[in-house]
Amino acid sequence: MSDSASAEASAGRHHAALQHQFDTMEQQQESATLGMWVFLVTEVMFFGGLFMAYLLYRVWYPAAWADGSRELDILLGGVNTVVLIGSSLTMALAVRAAQTGFPRATVNWLLATMALGGVFLVIKVFEYAHKVELNHVPGPNFVFEGPHARQVEIFLSLYFAMTGLHALHMVIGFGLLSVIAWMAYKRKFSPEWYAPVEMSGLYWHFVDIVWIFLFPLLYLVDRAH
Amino acid sequence: MSGHVSPKTVSYTIFASLMVLTGITVAVAFINLGPLNFPVALSIAIVKATLVILFFMHVKYSSRLTKLVVATGFFFLLILFTLTMTDYLSRGWLTYPVGAGAPPAATQAH
Repeated sequence: MSDSASAEASAGRHHAALQHQFDTMEQQQESATLGMWVFLVTEVMFFGGLFMAYLLYRVWYPAAWADGSRELDILLGGVNTVVLIGSSLTMALAVRAAQTGFPRATVNWLLATMALGGVFLVIKVFEYAHKVELNHVPGPNFVFEGPHARQVEIFLSLYFAMTGLHALHMVIGFGLLSVIAWMAYKRKFSPEWYAPVEMSGLYWHFVDIVWIFLFPLLYLVDRAH
Repeated sequence: MSGHVSPKTVSYTIFASLMVLTGITVAVAFINLGPLNFPVALSIAIVKATLVILFFMHVKYSSRLTKLVVATGFFFLLILFTLTMTDYLSRGWLTYPVGAGAPPAATQAH
């Protein structure tokens, strides 16, 4: 009896969340982080194709890019930038709370992150609605005054494709965080095992990074000239 | 566990830096720098993204393997941009010998 107990002790802490294919919690955590980053790299390339299209058309049609960009509201885009970077801060604090073993704080910071994400999406809906009102949605009903209407339509196509794909990622992230917040509320995490919180955090920060590029590239083109 | 715990002050400092950089990028957008507006805006965005990756995403404290994977991702993104642009931007440079016919439509599109 005492023999088996000491054998278990010498094998090290065997946490309930340790999967059988890993030797230690450290190794498991390292694998999760690496796997998440491999996924995020595919996401970088996924968005990268759209950024490539953006770059090429911007070089081809600089005047249309300036015209199209002026149609976007810097105030709304700027507020959304602040909101989203703020949500990255609350997400980082949620991960920290999980790491240090404060489940209540983890839940609260996750809820704060979701609230900020929600504010971002609501503002985005208002921006889209305004575009629909002005007939600035690319397609058969597209109307734009000016010499580069067709090319501005390409700009707005990319605007909707890029911000739309970004918003879809936000919605997915919102769903992800609601599950994680529920798990944290149920005290599923501990300083030994909080990988889901950290991995969701990586995803959320990635979505923030995409917006960090979208904001200047879409809203701040050629404002000074 | 092995995960790095960042002090709260680091998170707040990074957040403040990101806010300041956002302010700068908006302000600079209204200053006429000629052809430099785009590179400046892009550089600020890259600095912001780097801060998020290193500190919020803990890559600064991750294993060398993770760092390598992250760097590889952005390296391939750079290949995508560079090779595509060298192709498209150099198409107009070709000269066509007399009698070889009109250049392909793609070079005339703009």
